Amino acid sequence: MNASVAQKNPLVEAVIRRGLLGKGFLVALAILALWKLASSFMAGPTVFTQQVVNGLQLGFVYALIALGYTMVYGIVRLINFAHGDVFMVGAFASYFAIARWDLNLWLSKVFPTLPFWLSNAIGVITVILVSMVTCALLAFIIERVAYKPLRNAPRISALITAIGVSFFLEYFGALPFVFTSNFITYERPINVINWVISSQGVYVLPAGEAPPPTSIIFSNISLYIIIVSLVLLFFLNYLVQNTRIGKAMRATAYDKPTARLMGINVDGIISVTFAVGASLAGAAGVLYATAFPQLYFVMGIIPGLKAFVAAVLGGIGSIPGALVGSLIIGEAEVLSAAYISTPMRDAVAFSILVLVLLVRPTGLFGEPSREKA
Amino acid sequence: MSDNSSDKLLDIQDIHVYYGAIYALKGITFSLKKGEIVALIGANGAGKSTTLNTISGLLRPRIGTIWFNGKEITQSPSEEIVRKGVVQVPEGRKIFATLSVMENLEMGAFTQSDHAKIESGIQHVFQRFPRLSERKSQLGGTLSGGEQQMLAIARGLMSAPRLLLLDEPSMGLSPLLVEQIFTIIRDINDQGTSILLVEQNAQMALSIADRAYVLETGRIVLEGPAQDLLHNEMVIEAYLGGHQ
Repeated sequence: MNASVAQKNPLVEAVIRRGLLGKGFLVALAILALWKLASSFMAGPTVFTQQVVNGLQLGFVYALIALGYTMVYGIVRLINFAHGDVFMVGAFASYFAIARWDLNLWLSKVFPTLPFWLSNAIGVITVILVSMVTCALLAFIIERVAYKPLRNAPRISALITAIGVSFFLEYFGALPFVFTSNFITYERPINVINWVISSQGVYVLPAGEAPPPTSIIFSNISLYIIIVSLVLLFFLNYLVQNTRIGKAMRATAYDKPTARLMGINVDGIISVTFAVGASLAGAAGVLYATAFPQLYFVMGIIPGLKAFVAAVLGGIGSIPGALVGSLIIGEAEVLSAAYISTPMRDAVAFSILVLVLLVRPTGLFGEPSREKA
Repeated sequence: MSDNSSDKLLDIQDIHVYYGAIYALKGITFSLKKGEIVALIGANGAGKSTTLNTISGLLRPRIGTIWFNGKEITQSPSEEIVRKGVVQVPEGRKIFATLSVMENLEMGAFTQSDHAKIESGIQHVFQRFPRLSERKSQLGGTLSGGEQQMLAIARGLMSAPRLLLLDEPSMGLSPLLVEQIFTIIRDINDQGTSILLVEQNAQMALSIADRAYVLETGRIVLEGPAQDLLHNEMVIEAYLGGHQ
């Protein structure tokens, strides 16, 4: 600061040398945020709880996208900027599956005697699987066509190619015979049920009725998003930790030439990684569209960016980091929209990124970079 | 053209290899018979590791052919070369530090699909390297240098190779550990695995090898039975620290 102006004050010098000003600022900011959260909670615990649930729901959707960023980065050191658009394609794939082919109801048409909840659940799983498979195939093709030829090129070439692929997906999608450039209303694969939790107990909110003032509304959509996300996260964790392919992914991410020496088909493993990441983004597309039922050809940009930020916040390359980072970004976004102001929510989410990176440049779970060939 | 008599397990015919812009191997020809230990010795940058990486398919020769067990593998992908039974234990050990010891071994058996075989392979290497068994759930990166070298060799043995390519197994180890590693190498050879050994420690390499080749800036300058090379003037001068 003004150390050069002031006489050599040992105290001032020590403060500057240890970066205490910056750290003090961060601590003050953290205290302010905690105080704000605590006072908001005291002012209205029910509303606050509701917001936390909303944040959780959004955080899980981000997590599914962020995992694709982090896995691909971990294995080929590429920030796949087309990933958000793969998410968009996933959302549209489910739109076609639902609105055109009624796949969410196929089982109840084949076996009308089955209980509706069961056939609907299987129908929803079918829709999600359609989106996941579509996105996995898409990412497989993108990787083979656009990224694989650049495997030994400088990293910046692949990065710029990723931006190109992103634009391609967006504006190919905007063509009138593809997704069109209009906003499209999404048909949810499930019927919305709102539960009201209030002093009178828990009951289903009748359609079109306003909820009583001091109550929490918990919708089956939150439940649906959180359950589907948890199931997918569980599967991914199993895949990466316990299967032969998952172990080969980790080995390849750590050291490609040595992975080759083990007889691992490195190109195949890279393709699988792209496909797995994209399938999670596809599922995220279905969940996101169910929560915010409107589709648009550039709808992938902002959630993709947020998920990328979440992955960096958690430490890019780290799978648990992507989950934790996403939950933080989701909560930060929803809580600041509720308690600061709606336009501030993105600013807060990105500020958290900047602040965390100032203190821990590798992100929350990131390992210090190990530079080697 | 080439004489692929059945006793030649590995037969390398005049390979020329570029490492980026560097002309690293300027036409080398050598072979290895079943059951042999063959040493490649030479100074830093002579092309020893390049030779092994070319055999393993990480690098491709511009000219020349590589035969293994009577079949050409010059253009085969790495995974197929491993599947045929040629496995490299790379220089600097290259343990997967973020994987456990057990997972490292499983990666060594990646080309095996038979679960029972993998299981018996693990039992086999644990018998040979009891230290690894004690540390099987530890991350590879937490092992000491000697343990990592043992894990690297154990990982290489997991796919039951017919030919093991060892790149500088003594690098960075204490004399006692070097002694131990070479005993293990001889033992592996006694059990029927042929070995191509790349070493800077020429003394050690020549003492266990059957035959040896001396590489100098991408060319083979000398070859012969290891015992003869151990007493060769030029080898003593250049690699064994002069006259004792």
